[in-house]
Amino acid sequence: MTGTKLIGKSTWEFQNDVRVLSSAATVGPMEGEGLLRESFDKIYPDLYAGEETWEKAERKMLEDAVSLAIEKAGLTPEQIDFYLAGDLLNQNISASFSAKTNQIPFLGVYGACSTSMLSLALAAVLVDGGYARHVIAGVSSHNCTAEKQYRYPTEYGGQKPETAQWTVTGAGACLLGRSGDGPVVRYATVGKVTDLGVKNPMDMGSAMAPAAAQTIQAHFADTGRSPEDYDLIVTGDLAKVGLPIARELLKNAGFEMGEHFADCGLMIYTQKQETFAGGSGCACSAVVTYGHLLREMMRNKWKRILVVATGALLSTVSYQQGEAIPCIAHAVAFEMEEGKEGKA
Amino acid sequence: MEKHRQKEKELAYEKIANKHRPKPKIWMNSLKAFVIGGLVCVLGQALMLMYIHWFGFKPEKAGDPTAATLIFISCLLTGLGVYDRIGQWAGAGLAVPVTGFANSIASSALEHRAEGYVLGVGGNMFKLAGAVIVFGTLSAFVIGLIYTLTGLVR
Repeated sequence: MTGTKLIGKSTWEFQNDVRVLSSAATVGPMEGEGLLRESFDKIYPDLYAGEETWEKAERKMLEDAVSLAIEKAGLTPEQIDFYLAGDLLNQNISASFSAKTNQIPFLGVYGACSTSMLSLALAAVLVDGGYARHVIAGVSSHNCTAEKQYRYPTEYGGQKPETAQWTVTGAGACLLGRSGDGPVVRYATVGKVTDLGVKNPMDMGSAMAPAAAQTIQAHFADTGRSPEDYDLIVTGDLAKVGLPIARELLKNAGFEMGEHFADCGLMIYTQKQETFAGGSGCACSAVVTYGHLLREMMRNKWKRILVVATGALLSTVSYQQGEAIPCIAHAVAFEMEEGKEGKA
Repeated sequence: MEKHRQKEKELAYEKIANKHRPKPKIWMNSLKAFVIGGLVCVLGQALMLMYIHWFGFKPEKAGDPTAATLIFISCLLTGLGVYDRIGQWAGAGLAVPVTGFANSIASSALEHRAEGYVLGVGGNMFKLAGAVIVFGTLSAFVIGLIYTLTGLVR
């Protein structure tokens, strides 16, 4: 029976009723004043979240998102078999330090901002394959820790271009299992690393757009689905610059994406909040998907959605040495069964 | 051959991407930088006159307290968390004068306070300003050398 769960070239089909048991999203103050403020489980009043450093604050947000998701499913950490997590900080410290706190057997994963769907896809594999009953996937990012590591000090007054993006402060966690009436995890398409020569770390949208387009095309080719089969297709953090580029690339490949093609980076902040091209970071796709999209699915707003998390796999060393930014995107398809309404 | 094909793909992509990238507002940014940079100089001049007339500084010595005052204002605004917002709007107008240099040091020091005073603040204060100091000193040396050599010829 080998190979039956692999369809096409790079898509996994989950056949054993893998479902979202619960999900949670925690965010910083700015996200808490944004468009999705009603959708988040916890909003911290400041960027320190009651901790001494930004790094500890990011970890706290991840820990809180994970424990909230477990609590919402009516489970305890002891009942969770594995914890898959990743973040943007060097050596994945937010994820691994949070695993020290919750003491769930831990697998650290890294795919930059694509880690949300990367960890979720792997969690679904473990559940579907019978290697675990309950797996929780989580990611985090923090505006200040990301700026500190990748760019300039937060209080530095250098001018940023319009193509720059704003790293989302927050964390998201999603618990998968095989029971309940939540959204079913149907497919996951694993992306290939692409590089079309974009070198500017202040322009991640155009660096990542080809990776998103490629993974979406691969998903359609593998599953035989088309854009019309989804009520919503969202990319992780392409924002104002990257989303129209991805739309054009897909159009050139013969896919008219239509009205239901959106980006998480454009869903979090209001027009007034100055975020340049829009949101980015691991938490960007995570808080939108786990806080907003899955919840709306349970309210039957959408039946089928495809979340395509995009990641820029650069480091400060690689771009200072003049290398282009390699990017990746992973897609996960969620579905609600006909005539069912889950508990939100 | 493979390299050539990649280059072609990159160029084709660049054309698509450029259609969707917002154009940098070069003229507006230059105008803002000119006006703001000019205003910083006006403020500097006013401070200098103040030090000369009210505090009895000799004109050739009044530059020192003037620069110190501008640095103080810049660091204070950095600490209050407003300098980065003004800097985003004003661009090079604030970055080129001594205000930008002060901000780069103060912001780095603040940023790395969490890693302690010695390794954090001490080790990172000049993270951004270091390059300015190195190449500032180097270019001063080169200009000095040219000046001396042309002086010898004359």
